[in-house]
Amino acid sequence: MATYTNPRPAYGETLVELGKVDPRIVALDADLCKSTMSVLFQDTFPDRYFEMGIAEANMMSTAAGLALGGKIAFASSFAVFAAGRAYDQIRQSISIPKLNVKICGSSCGLSDYADGATHQSIEDVAIMRAIPNMTVLTPLDATEVRLVVRAAAAIQGPVYMRVNRNPVLDLLDKDATFELGRYRVLREGGDVLLLAHGVMVEKSLAAATLLEKDGISAKVVSVSTMKPFNYQGALELARGMKGVVTAEEHTYIGGLASAMAFALRRSSVPMDYVAVEDSFGQSAFSTGELQIAYGLTAENIAGKAASLVKEAS
Amino acid sequence: MIDKEKLREIRHLAARLRRDVILMVGVGQTGHIGGSCSSADIVAALYGYKMKHDPKNPKWEERDRFVMSKGHSAIVQYAALAETGYFPTSELLTLKKMGSMLQGHPEYHRMPGIEATTGSLGHGLSISNGMALALRLDKKPSRVFCILGDGELAEGQVWEAAMFGPVKKIDNLVSLVDNNGIQATGAVKDRLDSEPLPAKWRAFRWHVIEIDGNDAQAIIAALDEAETIKGRPTAIIAHTVKGKGISFAENNVAFHNGAMTQAQYDQALKEVDAAIAEFAPALGTKAN
Repeated sequence: MATYTNPRPAYGETLVELGKVDPRIVALDADLCKSTMSVLFQDTFPDRYFEMGIAEANMMSTAAGLALGGKIAFASSFAVFAAGRAYDQIRQSISIPKLNVKICGSSCGLSDYADGATHQSIEDVAIMRAIPNMTVLTPLDATEVRLVVRAAAAIQGPVYMRVNRNPVLDLLDKDATFELGRYRVLREGGDVLLLAHGVMVEKSLAAATLLEKDGISAKVVSVSTMKPFNYQGALELARGMKGVVTAEEHTYIGGLASAMAFALRRSSVPMDYVAVEDSFGQSAFSTGELQIAYGLTAENIAGKAASLVKEAS
Repeated sequence: MIDKEKLREIRHLAARLRRDVILMVGVGQTGHIGGSCSSADIVAALYGYKMKHDPKNPKWEERDRFVMSKGHSAIVQYAALAETGYFPTSELLTLKKMGSMLQGHPEYHRMPGIEATTGSLGHGLSISNGMALALRLDKKPSRVFCILGDGELAEGQVWEAAMFGPVKKIDNLVSLVDNNGIQATGAVKDRLDSEPLPAKWRAFRWHVIEIDGNDAQAIIAALDEAETIKGRPTAIIAHTVKGKGISFAENNVAFHNGAMTQAQYDQALKEVDAAIAEFAPALGTKAN
């Protein structure tokens, strides 16, 4: 029985767990703590939580100062503001000196469906990947959010992580582990490789089921480390396949499609992608509606994969 | 009250900082002489008097922190670090050389004594707030000193940080506004006018002290007063002269980031050497 869990409480709960054993953990938010769920940390450790008001730039540089003071600072906001509004602060105050600031971009991708283009983050992974010293993590479900928050605390240096706003399919066992750069094979297959992150992993699994009906065997792999991207591992996953299809709730520019194309730059394995085209989002009554409108569907993934297989034979 | 000998020492240090700035920038290369020289007396008072710091142990936990938010004036901080013994003064001449720890703007991870990476204006007060909060969490008595430029106050983030400090009752932090009135392309008042500075900072609920920022005695008195203020941060509005101490650079926008000719360089050294001589220790006493 498939279950869905909202990954946002997983963020706040894991921060609390970390905070209980490590006094260096502090949290900051820019008036969205009740959405990002850093409020759980505030409730437990009021002295180590800093409500920064609607001032993301100040939040990021203050987090830098806390990190310079020996703290491990988790700063959260919506992805679009965390990665966009505070880019300069993340680059200059945090990333050049490689400080222990962990940025949670909540309500990522199109998951804030109702709020429209201004609140939908389709380029955050690209922006964050471009910054030297930055680690970029894209967990696929609530369990992996827990793992990624713990991993972020242990990593020396800045980390950006993406968290969905809505319940996502529980795919990982509760005893799953996380290792930076390790791919998770969720389904074995020999004809095509479907590589995805976040909510698009579920779509890729559904695409594999569709492909199976057409006699195509698809391997489905989840990518939760977008940087440092495991190029060698990606190349090995693609080896012997008739094609690769990436899927992401993000623009095709600078995200998984870009990274995989780079990985395959000297390979003969063809690839295609499913991603947001070079356009902004818009308001809708559900993320599902938007995913259909922007082509982020299992059918689209399966169609592109089938086409690659057909071209190869 | 500070004794006369200590005051002389600080003035002597400020003169040496100005000399180092001139030597570092040299002939024919651009460098931020103006803002470095306007801040020199404040930097000398901090490193030579107010701050607890240990040049032999730059990461000493009990140290006070200094953040040069207007990172382009870092050369005067580099000079202070060298003059107080963090590294040999000979190292100063590697400024901006490939591989040197003396970057065009200060980098925390490259140089001992640099507490934050600055250069993109407007970040430093926020960083200083974070440092002050971390010190408070750790129950450390150390304090944070942050120099801001008056042109820098055009950056909205400064005012985000200014609103934040009093809310959190941060009182282990002092911001010093180097109010030299000139930014890269001209007068601050003709761009985004940051005046009236004292009224603005008061309105943001800071304790405000207004001084002549090139007068060591006034700077010291203000720094001492700031230490007594509890429950809110202190802003010292330091009225300064851009390029102070170098006659041709004083109030001259061309030396915000200008290059000196050989003749100007020689002239500048003559002037700073005269200041060094004026405040030199009396014969028979040990040079500092």
